Amino acid sequence: MSFVNTAVPKVDAPALVTGKPVYTDDIAPKDCLVVKILRSPHAHALIEEIQTENAKKVPGVECILTYKDVPDKRFTMAGQTYPEPSPYDRLILDQRVRFVGDAVAIVAAETKEAAERAMKLIKVKYEVLEPVLDFHQAKDNAVLIHPEENWKSLCPVGADNKRNLCACGKEEHGDIDAVLDACDYVVEGTYHTKANQQAMMETFRTYTYMDTYGRLNVVSSTQITFHVRRILANALDIPKSKIRVIKPRIGGGFGAKQTVVTEVYPAIVTMKTGKPAKLVYTREESQIASTPRHEMEVKVRVGADKDGIIKGIDVYTLSNTGAFGEHGPTTVGLSGHKSIPLYGKTEAFRFAYDVVYTNVMSAGAYRGYGATQGLFAVESAVNELAEKMGIDPVALREKNIVTEGQVMPAYYGETANSCALDRCLEKAKEMMHWDEKFPARDLGNGKVRGVGVAMAMQGSSISNVDNASVAIKVNDDGFYSLMIGASDMGTGCDTILAQMAADCLDCEMENIIVSGVDTDVSPYDSGSYASSTTYLTGIAVMKTCETLKEKILAKGAQYLECSREEVDFDGKKVFCLKDGREISLMEIGNRIMCNNEDALFASESYSSPVSPPPFMVGMAEVDVDQETGEIELVDYVAVVDCGTVVNPSLARVQTEGGIAQGIGMALYEDVVYSESGKNFSNSFMQYKIPSRQDVGTIRVEFESSYEPTGPFGAKSIGEVVINTPSPAIAQAVYNASGVRVKELPITAEKVYWGMKK
Amino acid sequence: MEVKFILNGKQTTADIKEDTVLLDLLRAKGCYSVKCGCETTNCGLCTVWIDGTPSLSCSVLAARVEGKEVTTLEGLQEEAAEFGAFLAAEGAEQCGYCSPGFIMNVLAMVRELEDPTLEEVKEYLAGNLCRCTGYMGQLRAIKKYLEMKRGTK
Amino acid sequence: MITINSYVKPESLEEAYELNQKRANRILGGMMWMRLGSGRVQTAIDLSGMGLDQIEESEEEFKIGCMCTLRQLELHKGINQYTDGAVRECVRHIVGVQFRNQATVGGSIFGRFGFSDVLTCFLAMDCYVELYKGGIVPLREFVCQKRDRDILVNVIIRKDVRKIRYVSSRRTKTDFPVIACGVAKAGEEWQVSVGARPMKAVLVTEKADERNAAEIAEKLTEQVTFGSNMRGSSEYRKALAKVLIRRQIEALMEEC
Repeated sequence: MSFVNTAVPKVDAPALVTGKPVYTDDIAPKDCLVVKILRSPHAHALIEEIQTENAKKVPGVECILTYKDVPDKRFTMAGQTYPEPSPYDRLILDQRVRFVGDAVAIVAAETKEAAERAMKLIKVKYEVLEPVLDFHQAKDNAVLIHPEENWKSLCPVGADNKRNLCACGKEEHGDIDAVLDACDYVVEGTYHTKANQQAMMETFRTYTYMDTYGRLNVVSSTQITFHVRRILANALDIPKSKIRVIKPRIGGGFGAKQTVVTEVYPAIVTMKTGKPAKLVYTREESQIASTPRHEMEVKVRVGADKDGIIKGIDVYTLSNTGAFGEHGPTTVGLSGHKSIPLYGKTEAFRFAYDVVYTNVMSAGAYRGYGATQGLFAVESAVNELAEKMGIDPVALREKNIVTEGQVMPAYYGETANSCALDRCLEKAKEMMHWDEKFPARDLGNGKVRGVGVAMAMQGSSISNVDNASVAIKVNDDGFYSLMIGASDMGTGCDTILAQMAADCLDCEMENIIVSGVDTDVSPYDSGSYASSTTYLTGIAVMKTCETLKEKILAKGAQYLECSREEVDFDGKKVFCLKDGREISLMEIGNRIMCNNEDALFASESYSSPVSPPPFMVGMAEVDVDQETGEIELVDYVAVVDCGTVVNPSLARVQTEGGIAQGIGMALYEDVVYSESGKNFSNSFMQYKIPSRQDVGTIRVEFESSYEPTGPFGAKSIGEVVINTPSPAIAQAVYNASGVRVKELPITAEKVYWGMKK
Repeated sequence: MEVKFILNGKQTTADIKEDTVLLDLLRAKGCYSVKCGCETTNCGLCTVWIDGTPSLSCSVLAARVEGKEVTTLEGLQEEAAEFGAFLAAEGAEQCGYCSPGFIMNVLAMVRELEDPTLEEVKEYLAGNLCRCTGYMGQLRAIKKYLEMKRGTK
Repeated sequence: MITINSYVKPESLEEAYELNQKRANRILGGMMWMRLGSGRVQTAIDLSGMGLDQIEESEEEFKIGCMCTLRQLELHKGINQYTDGAVRECVRHIVGVQFRNQATVGGSIFGRFGFSDVLTCFLAMDCYVELYKGGIVPLREFVCQKRDRDILVNVIIRKDVRKIRYVSSRRTKTDFPVIACGVAKAGEEWQVSVGARPMKAVLVTEKADERNAAEIAEKLTEQVTFGSNMRGSSEYRKALAKVLIRRQIEALMEEC
């Protein structure tokens, strides 16, 4: 029996579909203090005075903390491997508040009502400062967001707090200006993507308590269990050994929970009071004080010769990291590194960027992580180029795409060892009936139906940085415990990794139990982000299984009283090749519990020197009302090359889900601020994620390549799938209306005014 | 004040405040399947049945269920597992956080609509948001579940 | 979330009315957005359980109790037959089935919300509200009145020879409308309500003469003022209203 490449239901499915209490707030102790955050009404201000005496008198209030009560040691909330590229620019509470919604005070009380009453009684006097709200004006602005002297950047990312710069940089290959000058066709455009909320259904939440050993225990809805331990140690200025972090089931993450959002607040309350504390963000808090996608403005120039060979791509990205620098220096990189390499025949490229601080909520990690923004720009520009040249955009791509075996200079010089992008294009074309439908047709009812195409790539883990470890042990009766440090956030890695282990160990899925993440017992894993788990932790599973099998063989040989060379293991038993004598794994499992000195336990780590890109093609079909500009998404076709598909149903749902989020970004979702920096998009009433009536039909197929460095030939799938909707839909809308919308979301009103021009 | 109602078939009495919201009461009573996903009636995660009618428990005062029958997924375990198996076969529960509210509304729909079309299904369930799945897998599960139901009739 | 000190289920409308005269007290409708409020309510007056959730149909009218839900409207055969499905069309986009199982007709109309689909649709019909003290008032007048402390008991749709259609434009299918229009031909007059302007709905009329639909729609739209918010600019709303109204007039012209 083989489990890899079969649609095994998730191991946690029965509990989830029957509504069992498995999430953070379901399992929190009932006597937790309720933690609430008082937030700034100003986009930029200094706290002159803060009075908490009256608030402290409210019955049931346990503690109220202000900037005077927290360590004056800056840290970053970004969940990244140490040393983090994100600057150390935060305090748990700061005297300077940097966006509307920034934390001003922490209130902990026995009940929510008491906490809320106390919040109303805290008196704060602000010195209101001029905010920087336009990210075009941020660099070298006289107003500094982070003037503080103890601001710190750990990595050479071009950060300078005295210039409002979180990062900047430039890389070049060949002479881009000369190459573009020599091109017969050049297009140039500026594309603007807005902040987007991950909007996972479970908002941010954490509870904390002190354990028997006087250590801080943290149970949190997080993707980065181990990073949380370091971040809390930094924030609280206590040794890491004093902290334990546990991840229960998570109600979605999409990158939002790759940043510490709630953890620091109950943690400091528990440290100060010794009592258990819990903070559950409201949806409003999750919308206004969280960690959305970086707003980016991407300028692109793409040039081709008369034969339609794309010779050069020039990208400049301006990224808005908001009040703090979480993931600022790294997300921007993907806007170039995951867009330019799609085109395999370029002679030159340039990629330059600035990441600036402003007085809006801090941005963070969101599925796609900068690639989404860059691909909207580059793929839109390529579509415009095709139009300028008068050729089909699919044909243009067929001529230019990166192919298997090619070196990708704009992708750290890596080689595309597995790439079925050509087959993805072919298949998508067939599914969409592209040749018949491109570019558009009049439906005769006032609507025109247009189609559009885009491609995308991503990575599989961060090469030479991400680190995955796995441990497996044999228990009595011969069942296995699979211990992983990667955080299943609903995506199904607990299942997928068990599928791989079952295949490696030749056993049934039932014979493997999977334990979620607990920093005290799980082997180290950098976390579930950067499309790393299937690829990276998958290899760690395979390595661990190999080591463990050796140990099982050795032990079996010992019990059978023959040499290691004389035995083999078939998953159920170790048997002697010579005389057929055998001992079952069950018996081995039971015998090692008595008079035994060899632990049947193995643990291996893996870090990859490469980050093989998954590829995909998306095609959109939309109807546009010629009088009103109203857009109806009719059909979306996606073909994905994620290498071997480990679990077809989970991969399909991941793809459909990513596309639906991408559709939200393309058509509906917008974080809107008032002129004074107040966030209007503070609820699901005002920030519209797509309902099931808003996504049309999404159809997904796979065209698998085989990734030689991946587990069973697999690459990643989690992120690449969000990248194609914006450019593909933008082009479909253009073909149906003649309007190119270059600032997301693409609304009916924007199309209407475009048509009026 | 006191409220008496039937919770998942059992007569229940609770001491509540005048402004206690049903969602909070149900969780306090151990019905942890009932989740809060927004505060603005948009997500559907808190869906329960009041006298058999799917309702948003975030927007009902607990006082108002006096004498009524309230059903949560805890009271529909067999049906939840039955439909849930179809959902899991598609991988369409994903993070699972929206599943209880969604399943409550699916089971209400099955009772209310005879042979619904795809468009009717989408409209009935439009108030149940899901951020993981893109909805297609849920629709596949519903389609297969309805086929099974028709087959067993 | 609003806070409530006491909760009362009155026995009679008189009792409810008396309680409601205090400014600190408040009538509970569907309670859909009580979590969005932040006020302190002394006494919450719950009208459920008084039998105000019935729809009665007679030869002349539909009488809709204030505690009827939007879902009842959506599913009511008589009303939807009479309005050619316009009433169903005006509620079916509102959030979801659960929401419509709870939100009340009384709350929707009494609130006179800018975004209200129900108010917009009803305004394009020969519609009245029955107030406990104020008696029967045409909806057209009621919509302009200031909120007072009377109780809306029934909403009445008088049957006349009228053809009505309802149309709205939304950024997502279940969002508040960018613009909403009820278009009715009543005798020799076009009666058109425009809601989500984003201010509350207004009714405008034009004579049904030999002019074509575009001219009539143009004149109707000129009478309406529009504003801007996150969902659309006033200019776009105006343009959108003009197109949507024209199309409905065209469709009705073809039918009649």
